[in-house]
Amino acid sequence: MAAHVDAKYAHLPQEYHTEEGRLKIFGFWIFLGAEIVLFATLFATYLVMHGATDGGPTSQHLFEVKEFMIETMLLLTSSFTSGLAIYHMRTNNKSGFMIWMIITLLLGLGFLYFEIHEFITYMGEGAGPTRSAFLSSFYLLVGTHGAHVTLGIFWITGILLQIWKRGFTPMTTRKAFISGLYWHFLDVVWIFIFTAVYLTGVVS
Amino acid sequence: MANQQHASKKHLYIGFGLSLLLTFAALLVILETPWTVGMKLSIISFLAVLQFIVQLVYFMHITESFEDKVWTIINTAFAVFVAVVTVFGSIWIMIYNTMHV
Repeated sequence: MAAHVDAKYAHLPQEYHTEEGRLKIFGFWIFLGAEIVLFATLFATYLVMHGATDGGPTSQHLFEVKEFMIETMLLLTSSFTSGLAIYHMRTNNKSGFMIWMIITLLLGLGFLYFEIHEFITYMGEGAGPTRSAFLSSFYLLVGTHGAHVTLGIFWITGILLQIWKRGFTPMTTRKAFISGLYWHFLDVVWIFIFTAVYLTGVVS
Repeated sequence: MANQQHASKKHLYIGFGLSLLLTFAALLVILETPWTVGMKLSIISFLAVLQFIVQLVYFMHITESFEDKVWTIINTAFAVFVAVVTVFGSIWIMIYNTMHV
């Protein structure tokens, strides 16, 4: 399979066996750095606009603890299950990988269902993105994260199909590992949305 | 190799356990404590940072990488630095902006 593996990297999982693999994984970490900064600008906008409700609904009126806790648990668990999937990939267990990744995707879809449900509920209460600066920045921040989750679901589905057909190679394991990093990163962003938007919004 | 794999599975469970603990701790601080809002927000921000580190170390294996892992860590640290300056700088300047001095 991996014909010319440098002895220096032979002890590492096979996604690190080719120089291309190592560089692409490092490149993806650089991309995640840029994503951190992208989300930071959205967080900055939201936090500055948090009080600018123009007499409309405030975060304390809108946010429901139960709703955002369900979303948090779904995404947190999916980060864990995608970690389990990568673990099975590294022990060369294809069906284990497939099953845990499919569970991850289902949890991601569940998360999206509750998030869309939440947005529809708010809009029904007259709290759409055009109501106030607070709500514009809220939908921008939380919606950008939701768009990332949606993209991740399509991306990981594509990788699952590739691994289904081709099995584990240095190329497919690298792709799966990188998409796993992306999925964990989405949970990282959600931790900060959970803290800075929802929990903060409940008390102030 | 087998030991390493075993350790990495244990890492996942530890990471998941810590994430759940930190999430519910933050929720309890917000809902059930008599502390001031400023105090609560400081504590949950700290818990979020801890949880970020848990994800990086236990799930994303930031310390694993290959021999250039130090660059992965430096890159992430720099991104976090820019993020912190952007967020807290914006809040700071906008608070100053609304004091009408």
